Amino acid sequence: MRHLLSAADLDRDAAVHVLDVAEEMAATQRRVVKKLPTLRGRTVVNLFFEDSTRTRTSFEAAAKRLSADVINFSAKGSSVSKGESLKDTALTLEAMGADAVVVRHGSSGAPHRFAHAGWTRGAVVNAGDGTHEHPTQALLDAYTMRRHLRGGTGDLAGAKVVVVGDVLHSRVARSNVLLLHTLGAHVTLVAPPTLLPVGVEAWPCATSHDLDATLLQGEPDAVMMLRVQAERMDASKGSYFPSAREYSRRYGLGRERLRALPDHTIVMHPGPMNRGLEISAEAADSVRSTIVEQVGNGVAVRMAVLYLLLAGEIPGGDA
Amino acid sequence: MKTLIQNVTVGSGQTDLLLADGVVAAAGPGLSAQDATVLDATGLRALPGLVDLHTHLREPGREDAETVESGTRSAARGGYTSVFAMANTLPVADTAGVVEQVQRLGEEAGWVDVRPVGAVTVGLAGQQLAELGAMADSRAAVRVFSDDGHCVSDAVLMRRALEYVKAFDGVIAQHAQEPRLTEGAQMNEGTVSAVLGLRGWPSVAEEAVIARDVLLADHVGSRLHVCHLSTRGSVEIVRWAKARGVQVTAEVTPHHLLLTDELVRGYDPVYKVNPPLRTQADVEAVREGLADGTIDIVATDHAPHPVEAKDCEWSAAAMGMTGLETALSVVQHTMVDTGLMGWDTLVDRMSTAPARIGRLAGHGLPLEVGNPANLVLVDTGARWTVDPAAMATAGRNSPFRGMELPGKVVATFLRGRPTVLDSELVTP
Repeated sequence: MRHLLSAADLDRDAAVHVLDVAEEMAATQRRVVKKLPTLRGRTVVNLFFEDSTRTRTSFEAAAKRLSADVINFSAKGSSVSKGESLKDTALTLEAMGADAVVVRHGSSGAPHRFAHAGWTRGAVVNAGDGTHEHPTQALLDAYTMRRHLRGGTGDLAGAKVVVVGDVLHSRVARSNVLLLHTLGAHVTLVAPPTLLPVGVEAWPCATSHDLDATLLQGEPDAVMMLRVQAERMDASKGSYFPSAREYSRRYGLGRERLRALPDHTIVMHPGPMNRGLEISAEAADSVRSTIVEQVGNGVAVRMAVLYLLLAGEIPGGDA
Repeated sequence: MKTLIQNVTVGSGQTDLLLADGVVAAAGPGLSAQDATVLDATGLRALPGLVDLHTHLREPGREDAETVESGTRSAARGGYTSVFAMANTLPVADTAGVVEQVQRLGEEAGWVDVRPVGAVTVGLAGQQLAELGAMADSRAAVRVFSDDGHCVSDAVLMRRALEYVKAFDGVIAQHAQEPRLTEGAQMNEGTVSAVLGLRGWPSVAEEAVIARDVLLADHVGSRLHVCHLSTRGSVEIVRWAKARGVQVTAEVTPHHLLLTDELVRGYDPVYKVNPPLRTQADVEAVREGLADGTIDIVATDHAPHPVEAKDCEWSAAAMGMTGLETALSVVQHTMVDTGLMGWDTLVDRMSTAPARIGRLAGHGLPLEVGNPANLVLVDTGARWTVDPAAMATAGRNSPFRGMELPGKVVATFLRGRPTVLDSELVTP
């Protein structure tokens, strides 16, 4: 595999292998000296056209702990904000000798274009593109679930995962549905009908508009709350729901719903959270919550992805 | 200039055609003529010159994308003898001055008859009617009016436009796209857009406007033309309207006859177009509609763009595809070679009917003695591979690149003068 653009680039064995390597990487991170010499002399460029401090620092930490040279290229304050095209940015980075480019872009498919339009020879990692995908987020979510539900080994066969919220605009949801299905989990998406895309019926998952029924009948192993932008209720932003309070009542993880969850269920959120909208403080800070742990796991998973793309082999599919 | 075309297939028989003084001077087997250039057309089929009711020539203003010269060379190569130039230029063709300029540029180029389309509203802004009468009375004698690229979405404005152009037998060619339903839309809304995370462009945004407009046209007794119809539902609405007696005509593009939204999966903006590529079910419906006459014509919506407008990420890319040099081949491939319609019907859909809708004299006429010698010779048995770099258009954005298609234009004649011979342009 040359690039990681979509969670669909990974078959079951490849996905499990990434998670296994991430476990090895995590073990090294419990040592006093965390730095590995693996990618010494290689250059990783973080190319972020959208602000995302948490994802960029996660990739930066991952690359640095593998001893790669890291260049952070942010659209703000660079020639990109003066109208330089994606192509010219790619050619510039290519000329600088980037071995891997981590791309975050507001336009769905931009990393795909970056990888396949003949602009670069480096490996391209999709760090979130528009409303399309965010495959390393899905990998770190799967890694987190596997640790809690499967002792950190194998796949997620039979695990029941409920993903709640703005699926329509969520790249996290798309990548999670694909990867969790590949790993054998059963995914149910819960959202108001306005926030599920037309065509979702072809996705390898179930859908529901009733959060209480899904939690009660489904006995989920993991509940993942997605970020919802309160302004989506505005007419100019699409009128997706009537008000933030109504959304919170119908689809938020408040005290009552938190109490009704089975004992073993974990609560997840990709961040950044809107406390009080899609998730209550009680849920976010409860012992079930893996939200902070997810951030830490992100570094191990991204180390694994960079290592496998630049130094190792991911078995299976080719993107 | 005289040309004697020997052994050419016309309809179901073989004949000779003598072109002289700009007209078909004689027709029948075994013709001879002194001082005529003889062209052995054995194995070739003669069709009346094609007429495109929907072409973007980009001039004035976007000469980086196309000029009247390059666009009409492209048209001649594609077998066209007349094209209607859309109004979304810079400045917009919304005054007598601009349409006369386009008319003059077309005459100076001399490759095809260029007929300017006038804008319906000032600046295509959808606020105020442009001076439709001035454009109709100008030397360009405009009869087709369109805000193409934008929908005349205001129902009152659309009603007034439909009514007003009756005074000079004009027609409103509507770009049917409900603007609120398509804000930020990137591709057809369906299973593919759901996976790709691209903002969906629902069929209903097209169909709702067509439904409203056929009812408006019925109410005021006006002619309505529907541009680039692309969905199954649109075909059904137009079929219903025609059965009811509404004066509606409709067009489909070659790309909507062949391509689907599955092609968007690679995020290559060469497949980005307005209206978007739809599903296989829609493709089948528009083919059926074209065959049964619900859809009256094929129009290219030839939309050249400079390279940089497509060599970028999807959302930043311009919408549109070139089409003049591939249209005949795509229609042969999708409609004739599939048995959905014969060559006579193709002639109606690509020449006769567009000339009639556009009130264009001298084109779309049968190849009979006395008619203007506007015709194209096609090698229907040939196959060729589409290479955008080899085209006459300045645009390189052909969605058919690399495809092998049937049917090659060998020669095109405009009033008896060859514009294309041996598939190459002939400088006038």
